[in-house]
Amino acid sequence: MSHHTNSQGAETHDYIAGFYIGDRPKVVTSRFEYEDSHTLERFLATDGYEGLKKCLTMSPQEMHDEVRNSTVLGRGGAGFPAGVKWGFTPQGVWPRYLVVNGDESEPGTYKDRLLMERDPHQLIEGCLIACYAAGLSQCFLYVRGEMAVAQERIAAALNDAYAAGYIGKNILGTDFSVDIVLHWGAGAYVVGEETALIESLEGERGMPRLKPPFFPAAVGLYGKPTIVNNVETLANLPFVAINGSAAYTAIGTPTSPGTRMVAVSGHVKRPGVYEIVNGSTTFRDIIYGDEFSQGIRDGNDIKAFVPGGGSAPWFVEDQLDIPFEGKEASAAGSMLGSGAIMVMDATTDIPAAAYTLTKFYAHESCGKCTPCREGGTWLMRMLERVIAGHGTDADLDQMREVGQTICPGDMPHASSERLGLEAVPFPYKMTTICFVGPSAWAPLHSALTLFPEEFEARVTKVPKRVSIPVTALSGADA
Amino acid sequence: MSRLSDHNVAIAKEIIGHYPKQKSALIPLVHLSQEQNGYVTKDAMRHIAELVNVTPAEVLGTASFYEMFKFEPVGKYVVNVCTTLSCALLGAGELLHHAEEKLGVKAGGTTADGLITLEPAECQAACTEAPCLQVNYRHKYRVTHDDFDQMVDDLRSGKLESEIPAHGTLGMQRQHIPDDKGVGAVHPDDVVGGPVWIPVAVEPDTEGASK
Repeated sequence: MSHHTNSQGAETHDYIAGFYIGDRPKVVTSRFEYEDSHTLERFLATDGYEGLKKCLTMSPQEMHDEVRNSTVLGRGGAGFPAGVKWGFTPQGVWPRYLVVNGDESEPGTYKDRLLMERDPHQLIEGCLIACYAAGLSQCFLYVRGEMAVAQERIAAALNDAYAAGYIGKNILGTDFSVDIVLHWGAGAYVVGEETALIESLEGERGMPRLKPPFFPAAVGLYGKPTIVNNVETLANLPFVAINGSAAYTAIGTPTSPGTRMVAVSGHVKRPGVYEIVNGSTTFRDIIYGDEFSQGIRDGNDIKAFVPGGGSAPWFVEDQLDIPFEGKEASAAGSMLGSGAIMVMDATTDIPAAAYTLTKFYAHESCGKCTPCREGGTWLMRMLERVIAGHGTDADLDQMREVGQTICPGDMPHASSERLGLEAVPFPYKMTTICFVGPSAWAPLHSALTLFPEEFEARVTKVPKRVSIPVTALSGADA
Repeated sequence: MSRLSDHNVAIAKEIIGHYPKQKSALIPLVHLSQEQNGYVTKDAMRHIAELVNVTPAEVLGTASFYEMFKFEPVGKYVVNVCTTLSCALLGAGELLHHAEEKLGVKAGGTTADGLITLEPAECQAACTEAPCLQVNYRHKYRVTHDDFDQMVDDLRSGKLESEIPAHGTLGMQRQHIPDDKGVGAVHPDDVVGGPVWIPVAVEPDTEGASK
């Protein structure tokens, strides 16, 4: 059952805009070919809750080991192995909670929403497996507020699963009892950061917590050990429970096993969401491959692409042959993040494109850390000025200075043969608590570094500022 | 008049019961009040404060952080046009300008008849279907200018009423945990010992315990 293939090959369906089923291994999208994939009937008819049943025949420790051995990497952005994360809970401290991060809002990212809308029971089953294995006694499913359909589908799925005895007291007649609560978000990108998510779930403003403690697994919701997992991460677990970790690691590469959901958008012929084989599929495959996005619109040249969501430094043509693999992407100066590729063709106005992202992060700053709160808006205003043709080269210097304040030291960027640039590997250093600050700088930094001529052509050169003393300082050691 | 109705107080109490600590229900209850009134009123915030046992200022303090909460009346339909990168690459800017012209309001404004509020918005997780927009948080994909005009006409004629509930209603389905099925939320301080299915002798994890 593990490798459903669709005889129609890569086809899409009008009930599922943007998703293309391919002739590839399917871990999380095996039911997407059915229009009623979100119903309990279809779920049960396609091995639904079989992973839970199998899990309940194993000890929690055995199930945990299975997940650890599968090396399912976190799909929210950081790529941390889920089984290892679960192991960070301190011994003997109870209760422990599971918080599901369904607050997907990273620009370009578009996979958790599909997984929640198209297969809510698979996510619920993943939550139950995690709760069983890690001894988590209550689960909160935090879903982004702006996803009305996902909320409805999950609410209906939870109600059906409760009625059928898959959630709640004594699940399937065993000792295992857990509640899953659907929690509505209310519109704040920063809540995707796990400590901000917890603050929000506690009824507070969604601002990230000071670190340390670094991991909510130690101190999380209500100060108790809390596992925060991404929707896609949990959706992988039923497959692991049913087929075992060996079947999972048989797909993909040793460092990046399994599959990944990748959304390709922008100037490609066939923008879409694809479940790809992890680690080995290259960006060229994804952007130009027939079974994926089929190349750039109108036969244009590619100018740049964002490899891993709006926060990621940009890649250019030179990086197309890099595989979709975390370590390789880092070495090349960026990250895979949330699996969102945004493609810009030769007609793209680079400063204007960077502006849409700088504006996003300036808007979404929670205001807790000064470099992000002030820096993001400052970068946005300077960029507005430059795009409008009122900027000077001093603005460009000032942008770099503000960027240095957010991310001191060498900022990661891709190599460029055209400019004779070497790559600076990921990650960056940062002066803010969370990644929102650096994310306001990263796209603009990439644009300035890889396409300096587009900025310089827009600004007026002014003579270097000289300071003119108004009065002579006498006696002071000036 | 804008306190929660008796019907909604019953729903609010069920929602509060889902959480180990009452304040966690704050955001869901503000949503509930917005569903009832179309926006978040001062009376509703006072009422929610009573229900979750915090001060009204704390309710405002939390609610004002979140974009979806409106503290002044908005249109029955809030139209959010995405303006982030993927949509911007495929004409979101032009779509927003067209929307402003069609509706006769600037982005952020509400039409004179109070039916439609137009807002520029950030990424809506439908990037492959650019340019996209949401009407009361329900997507419309690959919106051409003609599509937009048609949509506005349909909203005005009431054609989309069954498909798109009035602003404030998030999901047309709500989670309900039956009393006999739910485990129930326990205040974290009242929890003693691990869950029964975790054998004491085999704590599931050992590594990283000191983190």
